[in-house]
Amino acid sequence: MTPRQRRMAWVTLIVIGVSVATFLALAAFQKNLLYFYTPSQIAAGEAPTGYSFRVGGLVENGSVHRDPDSLAVRFTLTDGAARVTVFYDGILPDLFREGQGIIAIGQLQPDGLFKANQVLAKHDENYMPPEVADALKKTGRMPSVDEFKWSTP
Amino acid sequence: MWAFLHKLASPKHFYRITGRWIPWLWVITLLFMVPGLYLGLWVAPPDYQQGDSFRIMYVHVPAAWMSLFIYVFMAVTGGIGLIWNMKMADIMAASSAPIGASFTFLALVTGAIWGKPMWGTWWVWDARLTSELILLFLYLGYIALQAAIEEPRTAARAAAILAIVGSVNIPIIHYSVEWWNTLHQGPTVTRMDKPAIHPSMLWPLLLMAAAFQVYFFTVLLMRARTELLWRERRARWVREMFGNSTRTPFSNTEKVVT
Repeated sequence: MTPRQRRMAWVTLIVIGVSVATFLALAAFQKNLLYFYTPSQIAAGEAPTGYSFRVGGLVENGSVHRDPDSLAVRFTLTDGAARVTVFYDGILPDLFREGQGIIAIGQLQPDGLFKANQVLAKHDENYMPPEVADALKKTGRMPSVDEFKWSTP
Repeated sequence: MWAFLHKLASPKHFYRITGRWIPWLWVITLLFMVPGLYLGLWVAPPDYQQGDSFRIMYVHVPAAWMSLFIYVFMAVTGGIGLIWNMKMADIMAASSAPIGASFTFLALVTGAIWGKPMWGTWWVWDARLTSELILLFLYLGYIALQAAIEEPRTAARAAAILAIVGSVNIPIIHYSVEWWNTLHQGPTVTRMDKPAIHPSMLWPLLLMAAAFQVYFFTVLLMRARTELLWRERRARWVREMFGNSTRTPFSNTEKVVT
C-alpha cells in the first residue's frame, strides 16, 4: 500500500468504527432518549411512578374542564388507544386547544391522575393558510397527527 | 474542467480567480435573499395554527440546513486534505468552521425564540435540540483545536480527524425526530409523500435556502483568500503582488526573515 492508500484506509476505518460505536451506544440508550411516554405506555405500566416524566398525546375533544376561579384545568390526553387524565394549574401555551398535540411534565399519582407542573404544545410539520385548513377540514382530508400513535420498540 | 480545477488548487491562481467571483456571488446572494424575504415576510399567508409566528422559519430552517451542510463540507474537505495532502482543501475546511458555527448558533437562537410562544418553552432536552447543541460544541472544538496547534499541517490533520469523527452526529440530527419521540416536529420538506407545506409558504423557504447557500460560498471564499495570504505570506507571488520584496503584507504583525 502506498502512504496515500494507507491514509484512505485509516479514514474509512475511523468512519466505520465510530459509526458502529455510536449505533451501539444509541441502541443501548434508546429508552433514555425518548422524550415522552404515550398514554398506551402508561396503561401498559411502562411509565415510572414516583418521579417526574413526560407524557405526550392529543387533547381529547370536549375533555377540557377549566376551574372558573383559578388557572386550574383538567383534560384527557389520548393516543387513539389509551387515555390519561391530566391536571394542571398554570399558564397554558398559545397553541393549547382541543385536538392539539401536547406534552405534559409531571408525576403520575397512585389513582392514575397525571399531575403536571408544565404543559408544552407540540405542533406538527404541516404549514398551510387558514383557508386551506378550513377546506381540508370540510372534506375530512386534514392530515391527522399520527405521531402519538406509533408505539415505540 | 479538470485543468480548471487543477488550477484552482494552486494558491496563486485560486487567489486571482476567486477575487473576480466574489462581487458576482454577492449579487447572486441578494437576488435570492431579497425576493425570499419579501415573499416570506409579506406575501406568504399566515399559518392556520401558528399565525405570523411561523415566519421565523425562513431564517431558522435554512440556518439549520446550513449548519449540517457546512459540517459535511468541512469533514469532506478535511478528509481530502488528510488523504491527498492538499493545501487548498485544508484552507477550505479551516475557513468554513466559523461560518458553520455561526449558522448553528443562529439556528439554536431562532429555534428558542420560536419555541417560547409555540411550545411554551425556550429550551427542552429532546433529541433534536440536544444533538444540534452538540453540533455547536463540535464546531467550537474544531476551531479551538485548529488554534491550539501552531504548525498548519499538523493542525489541519488533527482537526480533520475531529471533523470526520464528529460527522456521525449529522445523520443523528437529521433522523432524531423520526427515531425518537421529540418535542420538535418531524421533517416538512423532505417528506416522501408530499411536502407538508403549502406552495405559497414553500417557495420563500427554498429561495432563502438558496440565498444562505450562496452566501456561505461567498463568505467562505473571502475567508479562504485571507487565510491563504496569511499562510503564503513568505511566498514570492504574495510579495510580488504587494509591490516590493521589502514591504510585505502583515509586516506589522510579524518580522519576515528574508
